[in-house]
Amino acid sequence: MPQPPPHAPPATIVPQPKRSGIHLRVNGKPYLHAGDPQMPLLWWLRDYLQLTGTKYACGIGACGACTVLVDGKAEHACLLPMQTLAGRSITTVEGLADADGTFSALQQAWVDEDAVQCGYCQAGQLVAAHALLQKHPQPGEAELDALPNLCRCGAYPRMRRAIVRAAAARKAGKP
Amino acid sequence: MDRRRFLQVMLGAGGALIVGIPARRAWAAPPPVPLALLGDSWSQLDAFVGIEANGRTLIGARAPEIGQGVRTALPRIIADELDADWARVEVIALPLGVEDRDNGQPRWTYGPQFAGGGRNIPAAWQDLRPAGAAARWLLRQAAAQQWNLPADRLDTRAGWVIAPDGRRLNYGDLAAAAAQISLPDGGVAPKPASAYTLIGQPAGDVDARAIVSGRQLYASDQYWGEGYVAVIARCPYADGELQQMDDTAARAVEGVEKIVPISTRATLGPLGQVPLAPGVAVLARDTWAALKGRAQLALRWRAHHGADASTATLAQQAAALLKGTPTTRVLARGDMAKALHGVRRLGAEYHVPFVAHATMEPMHCLAHISDGHAHLIVPTQEPRAALEVVRKLTGLDPGNILIELPRAGGGYGRRLDNDYVAEAVLLAQAAGKPVKLMWMREDDLTHDVYRPFGLHRLTAGVDRKGRITAWRHHLASTSRLWHRDVPGSRLWQSELQPDTWPVALMPAADLAWYALDFPLWRGAWRAPAHVSSVFAIESFLDEIAHATRQDPLKLRLALLQPARRLDTAHGVLDTARLANVLRQAARIIGWGTRAPAGHGRGLACAFVAGGYCAHAFEVSLHDDAVRFHRVVAVVDVGRVINPLGLEAQIAGGTLDALSTAMKLEITVEHGVVRQQNFPDYPIARRDELPREVEVMTVLSTASPSGAEDLGVPSAAPALANAIFAAGGPRLRRMPFRHALARGG
Repeated sequence: MPQPPPHAPPATIVPQPKRSGIHLRVNGKPYLHAGDPQMPLLWWLRDYLQLTGTKYACGIGACGACTVLVDGKAEHACLLPMQTLAGRSITTVEGLADADGTFSALQQAWVDEDAVQCGYCQAGQLVAAHALLQKHPQPGEAELDALPNLCRCGAYPRMRRAIVRAAAARKAGKP
Repeated sequence: MDRRRFLQVMLGAGGALIVGIPARRAWAAPPPVPLALLGDSWSQLDAFVGIEANGRTLIGARAPEIGQGVRTALPRIIADELDADWARVEVIALPLGVEDRDNGQPRWTYGPQFAGGGRNIPAAWQDLRPAGAAARWLLRQAAAQQWNLPADRLDTRAGWVIAPDGRRLNYGDLAAAAAQISLPDGGVAPKPASAYTLIGQPAGDVDARAIVSGRQLYASDQYWGEGYVAVIARCPYADGELQQMDDTAARAVEGVEKIVPISTRATLGPLGQVPLAPGVAVLARDTWAALKGRAQLALRWRAHHGADASTATLAQQAAALLKGTPTTRVLARGDMAKALHGVRRLGAEYHVPFVAHATMEPMHCLAHISDGHAHLIVPTQEPRAALEVVRKLTGLDPGNILIELPRAGGGYGRRLDNDYVAEAVLLAQAAGKPVKLMWMREDDLTHDVYRPFGLHRLTAGVDRKGRITAWRHHLASTSRLWHRDVPGSRLWQSELQPDTWPVALMPAADLAWYALDFPLWRGAWRAPAHVSSVFAIESFLDEIAHATRQDPLKLRLALLQPARRLDTAHGVLDTARLANVLRQAARIIGWGTRAPAGHGRGLACAFVAGGYCAHAFEVSLHDDAVRFHRVVAVVDVGRVINPLGLEAQIAGGTLDALSTAMKLEITVEHGVVRQQNFPDYPIARRDELPREVEVMTVLSTASPSGAEDLGVPSAAPALANAIFAAGGPRLRRMPFRHALARGG
């Protein structure tokens, strides 16, 4: 019995049933969530995608540690059931750098200002600051004061300097 | 302990030089995920220094990083002695270094491993410098052999050995030869200070790049394939038990695998008195399923006692106690009756509420108990105490217990208790699988070990020249040593400090402590005891100054003169250094010059864990809001290891102290903590805090001290004193927001 060549197309093509679930994009890649549609984005990112940069700290949208971008807008991942995210595009802290790992101006400014202390709230801080710079490329004191993310270590002044530094770098043409 | 006795030289994989502690693990631990990335270097991790043939230098960081910067500072101390190229240094988080003694007791192989009390830097200064110095000595010997030159003519710089004629050899090329050389018996002396290249220079956090890219793995970011995620519904009473449970609905939740009750009385016998609540754990395939399952539990709890406990009446209870006989007369110096006779008598009371730690990362812990081994990933400040918990619950020998110490999302003293470790171990035992225990914010705020409540009553006698003749400090407080196997006669020790500024300088003094009973677990909270008593003391000194028309700065400086050295439980206090930071802070803020209209200036100082801090603030009041115009902190910590890290600790500590003093308290009604999450435990946001903290450091060659809590205690009284100077109320009760909201 002659074997078909290994890369030959099958004789008949039976289309697979369309997989049901929630289709969305995370950091540019397509994903399908087939589990509980009520699961908050936070736990899906962490427990299933192992994108653990996004942190849990309050679960009720009060601290900002889980801030992600949904279609470019800063949102609390702990408050977003997966069922609300079909077709949406999510960016997490892991998606702030270029594909080759080159830091954004904001990430670089964060390192240059040594803005981390314990570091746990920082992913949310960065994403929130990223969204701020999208909206206000040269944020004033009032916009900087209004960032709502909590930091228990008191690293606010250095984060402020990092955002101002990043704003200057972006003005000078850095991404 | 003489660390040099234990330093050994080894040849590692690929011709690497290793200077450190020989590993004698009873079992081969699998390389945990982040370390596996290092490939061959796994075998070198039981070392403080490993130099690979390619020149990459691994330095082990033994102290748990909780945001206090030790994972950067301690390796910098080693790297300086080594003359390493910091750009080529990779810092490796060491697990708890422990092996079995013959008698089954643990032997600690890396020296002290903990986080808290500012003790890491002084300890490292004593025992980690020799590790770097030894490696550098070996590399120079190896180069000397190769060049046939005397070793003492060779220089070292940034990862190279340099000959007098300019020839250079990289450490990586010398590592294999250096590993064949034996260390001298007497050990190797550390460098002279003049040769420091890294110590005293600013360095960013070694984990910063991983953190800003979301790659830094905290405990909860780690996953063990076959394990469960667990959350626990805990008894809301400090002393209570499960009365009734219906878990039918919880079991029906998809993804819920097991329901495990934790009855503390039955299971915790071997642990003795620890802050651990009875609970019902839901073990599930993911966090969301566990949370959904927990929400479906129908539980009824019963209080053994304390069901009527309320913080609303605590101040009255404390005031009533202060009228009676003290539990402990802590200090009686001089003749108080005489010292108070015929002088002006001043007095004031200060209230300090319970507060929580509220670390941004709640208490998470991973545990895997199997085949006579235990493997834990614990963000703890007290790894040795965590090991004891595991030993007692499992009966395993120390050498069969691996405790990894990931970076922790804040500590502030909360992680000195290992209650969550006990929970994770119990659940892993019950499940027979690895367990990742997750604490939610509500769990964290309602089951903390809280900063003690205290009512401070201060009295002073002041003579006609404005000199303080007598000093009385009576405190009714809920000692944090309560229920900690500490005899009643020593419970005051966590609450009052009879040997330090300013009481040790008073001609007559009377300190007394009154035991206030309350059924809530207490623990260490940033600069424990200082953080409460410094608020009372530095506010009271300010009140004395105003009442007797003295300058608050001059009043303090007069007390601190002439220069004296006081032996305190927290190191030697040099009054000249305390006076200096006060003077510097005052100079920077413009003390003595006219403040703009409506502005007020206040200052305060503290001596904490061998370090000195003075705060000076300039504020104004606008309705019920405080506006910060200047916030100055001057510190003297001896020789500074990393000025960038020090600045972060002092500025951050200052802001945390202001957030707590202005806004935070834990209250209890009917035996239950009321605060559940950040909306009712409102840590200050950016718009409520100063935009900048001006941190100044005194240049010093004194032995270095730790700074993690140094910026905390004097910030609250400096604010209270500044608000009073700005025409606001005298704030004697924390949190200040109550009095400020009333408009004084």
